[in-house]
Amino acid sequence: MTVSFLILAVVTVAGTAAAMGLRNAVHCVLALTVGFVGIAAIYLQLDAQFVGLTQIMVYVGAVAILAVFAIMMTHSPTSVQLPAYSSFWLAGSVVAAAVFAVLAWAISLSPAYTRQAPQEPDVTAQKIGDALMHRFVLPLEIMGLLLTAALIGAVVIAMDRKEEMK
Amino acid sequence: MTQFIDQIFVLGMQWLLNYVPAGARSLVSAIVCVVAVVIVFPLLFAITTWLERKGLGRIQNRFGPNRVGPWGLLQPIADAIKSLTKEDIVPIQADHVVHFLAPVLLVAAAFLAYAVLPVGRNMVLVNLDAGVLFFFAVGSTMELAVFMAGWSSRSKYSLLGAMRAVAQMISYEVPMVLASVVVIMQAGSLSTASIVDRQAGYTGIWPHWFVFTPWGIVGFTLFMIAATAESNRSPFDLPEGESEIIAGYYIEYSGFKFALFFLGEYLGMFATSGMAITLFLGGWSAPLSVLTFIPSYIWFFAKLVTLICGFIWIRGTLPRLRMDQLMNLAWEFILPMALINMLVAGIWHLMPAGPLRWLVCSAIVAIPCILLGIGLKHKKKFQVRTYRYAE
Repeated sequence: MTVSFLILAVVTVAGTAAAMGLRNAVHCVLALTVGFVGIAAIYLQLDAQFVGLTQIMVYVGAVAILAVFAIMMTHSPTSVQLPAYSSFWLAGSVVAAAVFAVLAWAISLSPAYTRQAPQEPDVTAQKIGDALMHRFVLPLEIMGLLLTAALIGAVVIAMDRKEEMK
Repeated sequence: MTQFIDQIFVLGMQWLLNYVPAGARSLVSAIVCVVAVVIVFPLLFAITTWLERKGLGRIQNRFGPNRVGPWGLLQPIADAIKSLTKEDIVPIQADHVVHFLAPVLLVAAAFLAYAVLPVGRNMVLVNLDAGVLFFFAVGSTMELAVFMAGWSSRSKYSLLGAMRAVAQMISYEVPMVLASVVVIMQAGSLSTASIVDRQAGYTGIWPHWFVFTPWGIVGFTLFMIAATAESNRSPFDLPEGESEIIAGYYIEYSGFKFALFFLGEYLGMFATSGMAITLFLGGWSAPLSVLTFIPSYIWFFAKLVTLICGFIWIRGTLPRLRMDQLMNLAWEFILPMALINMLVAGIWHLMPAGPLRWLVCSAIVAIPCILLGIGLKHKKKFQVRTYRYAE
């Protein structure tokens, strides 16, 4: 537990907590982005450059922008302002605490907790690429197929609307 | 002697670090590098604003700045003093915190991108294993800054400008990354320093730059088109089209914050040009083997200034695109070409070297280029336009 880890952890937790607590939806997205950057920085601190930089590229560059666009398209300024805390917060927090307790109990019992930490692997971007292209090529292809299907679906939805307008 | 001049900055750094206690060395070296970047590139920005105004003036048959100093050379200093002393006006309705953070984030992201650019032999600030990925990750945070600026101003013009800018930057980021993938495929590395090393060496007097291959020239062209759109420059400057939405996302900024946006935009342009130089134009290496006596950093900046002059020339020549033309160009021409180019890079890698490889690869690139060009022209009539001027 180093100083840099503590700073990053505080930034990440504060960002995600602010994302839940702030009233303005766009502020929430910006706070969540701070959380994303904090997680990416923790990856970088653990020497996982590829994962950390991909986290920034995907979550800050794409997901945050997507969320912002979604808010702008759906949110109207005259919509009802809901309170930040729901009326059943007590029951909710009890359930959350119970889930956390069960998970913590299960983790404390697991053998992974007592096992010796394995040697730190020296992972370069090249090794990740090799693994993706040789050992895990089939899952990669399936993912590609899935994403292509989603892309085609998006195009089809966009095209239908255009014809209706005519 | 030439080697000494080539390495003068590296040696100077080592000499300086000898006087620093061992514990503080990494900190001091980091600070010195950051200060160097923060001085050199804004200085280049100042020179570029003068060069751009002079060049555009020349193209448009007027003088350009000619009042401050000889040939108007001190104009950037006058501009800087003016923007520093101007009143900083924040709209009363604006979201003050986000409004303040947007230009800071933009400039910080623009400066971060220089961390992985090799500006000379042994002169890269951080030789990251995933350097190219770092560059694109940092570049993608600039979109968020643009959105923050447009949204927090609470102005319809700035919001429209931000929406246009973000849509454009996302659309052109995809072909930009795909255009640079060919180089990564060929070099087998994401590190900028080793990509430059792979382009070292000469055949006769000619260098082994990636731009002198069929996939390289196509990749370079696509990368530069996407870079122009990424940095919101003419002919892709719709987000700040003054005839439609005044100044786009930074309309509600004044004084020094406006100057910061200006600076961030130009720094982004220099950084993407630097990346294009690193990926395709051999980085800091000399263009002819007989010219290697000139220091490497001079070559890098010479290439950078050449690309900037190209940008200025294009800005003075081409009219602005319409939104649908912009998107059609990205998705119907540049993206398919980038994908085909990846195929060509694979074939180039697998075929034995020789004239046959050149012929096959050029054909695979040229035929879809022509077909896609015809496809873009489809159902559009090109004829002489007639204009009605105000009588």
